[in-house]
Amino acid sequence: MKYLDEYRDAPGAHKLAQELHRVTTRPWSIMEICGGQTHAIVKFGLDELLPPPLTLIHGPGCPVCVTPLELIDQALDIAARPGVIFCSFGDMLRVPGSTGDLLSVKAQGGDVRIVYSPLDAVKLAAQQPAKEVVFFAVGFETTAPATAMAVFQAAQQRLKNFSLLVAHVLVPPAMEALLKSPNCRVQGFLAAGHVCTVMGYWEYFPIAAKYRVPIVVTGFEPLDLLQGILMCVRQLESGRAEVENQYARSVRQEGNRPAQQLIHRVFRVVPRKWRGIGEIPQSGLGLREEYAAFDAAVKFGLTARQVEEPADCLSGQVLQGQIKPRECPAFGARCTPEHPLGATMVSSEGACAAYYRYRRQ
Amino acid sequence: MCLAIPGKIERIDGDDPLLRSGKVNFGGVLKEVNLAYVPEANVGDYVIVHVGFAISRLDEAEAQQVFEYLRQMDELAELKEARP
Repeated sequence: MKYLDEYRDAPGAHKLAQELHRVTTRPWSIMEICGGQTHAIVKFGLDELLPPPLTLIHGPGCPVCVTPLELIDQALDIAARPGVIFCSFGDMLRVPGSTGDLLSVKAQGGDVRIVYSPLDAVKLAAQQPAKEVVFFAVGFETTAPATAMAVFQAAQQRLKNFSLLVAHVLVPPAMEALLKSPNCRVQGFLAAGHVCTVMGYWEYFPIAAKYRVPIVVTGFEPLDLLQGILMCVRQLESGRAEVENQYARSVRQEGNRPAQQLIHRVFRVVPRKWRGIGEIPQSGLGLREEYAAFDAAVKFGLTARQVEEPADCLSGQVLQGQIKPRECPAFGARCTPEHPLGATMVSSEGACAAYYRYRRQ
Repeated sequence: MCLAIPGKIERIDGDDPLLRSGKVNFGGVLKEVNLAYVPEANVGDYVIVHVGFAISRLDEAEAQQVFEYLRQMDELAELKEARP
């Protein structure tokens, strides 16, 4: 397919890797934010092409993985109620809550459905006026325009039986939280290409300047990733800390303005707890007051209970790049995709899932 | 979750800017896609699509940059080899 296959060219990838070997003189640690990038890196073995002093740290960019246990429990509560059709992206179904997962609710008779787009849930609500249709709104800035449009269209159609359980998270506040941590090993970032397609990259200039860290907006194919890493290493080697854009075929500095406008019309910025990491100020999206009728937490009178993560799941450290999945004693033994302890083992973007699938040995 | 793939717009329907949608071709598979966020995109353009929404129109000139970068690396290498 055009715009995919040509970026998977092996000779091109080897040339970029050779150049990386030539220019790298010191041990550098670079974090790719996005779990989609982590999967591509591990799947194509790009990390094995890098010069040994260069380390890739896998970041927290997996919305499924960072959705807090409390919200998963709320989802399980709503999905089990009679008269409810609970709609979710497929990734969320196996994510363990305190008492099971959405798949087990479905097995016990709950009406849980996988949708491809939030608009599918709106259509369902219009077709089934006697049912309460709830959409589990999980995602980063990439997904927020789709969720915002779903709410906007539901409001235009005056649907009373559609609501969202909102778990939206924002990337730049999480990058700052990582950089502020005393354990931070990150010296450069590959910023997530599709988050930046929506939001642009103007938000990264103050972060790069304040923390003296290069940030390269990067795409998802092997040539994109290797070029992004090379651009980042060139900056580190020459002592620069700038924002650069490797993924310019999709990303403009200002981002997608119409998408941002609808996000801001429907949502406001709120504090959000990240699973395994803790609360990060200004790092989530919640519905604005005028759209409160579409808030499932309000509609179903839910209150957030404090719940504890299983102690033997180290996904918090994995998500912050402090350990690699294989360093977790539970990895592949007590924790597998069939019996996961944490979300990073089941999400299609989770680092543990990537290592389980491609690097078990 | 942020998975988004490129496809070619085959048809555009709807005059309302917020309900603009169309058919996008992903390597032979046609899907209905919301085009509200790419008002500048026309039939024949490639767009990046995520959960049923086009979020950008791909820029062909920028798309060539990575290959241009590789060509420049080749030229530099040849220059070095040519030097006595």
